[in-house]
Amino acid sequence: MALDVQLEKKLPHFELNVAFSATEAPLSILGPSGAGKTMLLRCIAGLERADRGRISLGQRVLFDSERGIRVPARQRRVGMVFQNYALFPHRTVAENIAFGVRELSSEKRAARVSELIEGTHLKELADRYPRALSGGEQQRAALARALAIDPEALLLDEPLSALDTHLRSQVEKQLQELFSSYRRPALLVTHNIEEAYRLGDRLLVLSRGRMAAYGPKEDVFRHPPTREVAQVTGCKNFSRAAMNSDGSVEAFDWRCRLRVDQTMSKPPAYVGIRAHYIDFLESAPANTGGENVFPCWLVRASETPFRITLYLRLHDPNGEEADYDLQAEVFKEKWQRFRDAPYPWHLRLPAESLFLTPE
Amino acid sequence: MDWSPLWISLATSVTATAITLIAGLAAAVWRERHSGATLTLVDGIFLLPLVLPPTVVGFFLLLLFGRHGPFGQLLLHFGATIVFSWPATVIAATVVSFPLMYITARAALEQVEPGLLEAARTLGATEWRVFREIALPLAWPGVLAGTILSFARALGEFGATLMIAGDIPGRTETIPIAIYFAVEADDIQRALYWCAVDVIISLALLSALYLWARTQGLASARRPAR
Repeated sequence: MALDVQLEKKLPHFELNVAFSATEAPLSILGPSGAGKTMLLRCIAGLERADRGRISLGQRVLFDSERGIRVPARQRRVGMVFQNYALFPHRTVAENIAFGVRELSSEKRAARVSELIEGTHLKELADRYPRALSGGEQQRAALARALAIDPEALLLDEPLSALDTHLRSQVEKQLQELFSSYRRPALLVTHNIEEAYRLGDRLLVLSRGRMAAYGPKEDVFRHPPTREVAQVTGCKNFSRAAMNSDGSVEAFDWRCRLRVDQTMSKPPAYVGIRAHYIDFLESAPANTGGENVFPCWLVRASETPFRITLYLRLHDPNGEEADYDLQAEVFKEKWQRFRDAPYPWHLRLPAESLFLTPE
Repeated sequence: MDWSPLWISLATSVTATAITLIAGLAAAVWRERHSGATLTLVDGIFLLPLVLPPTVVGFFLLLLFGRHGPFGQLLLHFGATIVFSWPATVIAATVVSFPLMYITARAALEQVEPGLLEAARTLGATEWRVFREIALPLAWPGVLAGTILSFARALGEFGATLMIAGDIPGRTETIPIAIYFAVEADDIQRALYWCAVDVIISLALLSALYLWARTQGLASARRPAR
């Protein structure tokens, strides 16, 4: 089964305009807040009306502006898990889950509900009201309720954003298990890069209503099609760039010449590298040079429990330009080994980790 | 002792409250789903009986339901006159209590989180089921408060009722009207007597409301908590 979506909708500040297809592999929709992610899900679920376009799920057409088709939400059989879970506060967990299967005989309904309750580990909580549940339990109840209608597609709006860090990984694992057995189109909206990567097989980057990137997640991360996508997917380091006649890349903001593995048909406008790909040499190189090796000075550092972010200046310790050139992320153990080394330190920008983007 | 004003008052208030509950809810739901500048005028008309003097409301009702009024003419076709009969007391009580029901029901329905209604829709519920099983139960405390306010207003209705239903003992004479005419006839004892009955009914109503609110609070406290 496939969920084919092509739609346009005018929003207050921009236009939502997307075309994509989701099959059995979960698709992560990544984008900053206000990029139109939730609106997209709402259009698919039938809670909002798109201006133009077509949405089909398997053989069923859910929306077609040209043919005047607009299947109401209740007939779409699209399961939606809302960001705040939207559990009915006046019904117990079991009653919430049973809400969508009223047309079944009471025997079948009870069997279906208890199967879902067991599957989501809510057995002890079945008779509780939602407010007596923790965030993670509410999330599971909302998921079970959406699955009860045997949906032909599943839409999850920021499923993890309301959870504590320690609950996240737990729920994330449950979602991964679900996706591996669900085998139907599943769309997952998130603004968290790591979540999008871990949970989705494919990735759609949404920016102000447009699809900035769409494809297998590895491709999108390794070769972001634009500088914007690179930024949305967490890349911090960019330099304006141009191709030299000998095939090397001139990085203007970094004031250096680089060898880059990636080849491009269009002339590059930017060269970029993710912060954790930057490599540090623990001792100064014997001869000046080495491929993509440059001297650098520390401007400042910012620590997290296990890693450290280093803000670095290239080539010369006190220049006129921006305060720092590169932002590198290294494990603390590694940093311990060169933190006391005399300046200049030497960093390497691995040719295989550099990527080029057009405009 | 003639008990008829008590029974007339109760029958009128209960009937009027039942009608106003359904009409007020229907109007609130309808208004919640439609918006527009002209509908603000509709809101004004719905709320007018609350601010107009009851005699003015009664006079308009007389114009509408009287022998020459549009509704009066229509009823005359079926051989019925409504003015100065028991149904007239119900009409008067319904019209004056409607705004209270309408505002409280609307406020209560607006409090219900829209996401819950949307969730119900994605789970296959029809609009009627969304209303009956999600919106109404969640808005119920507010709706109930509106019902009690409406009942109290209907019970106390005097001006419009006198205009359209008059004072016919045993047929249209409600407690407030009985009090007025008892005072006018200098029958202070009868007036005092009916005043006491009114106070007792009102106190009983308020106590019931208080007790109900308390059991609600206890019920929610008794729900299993973590």
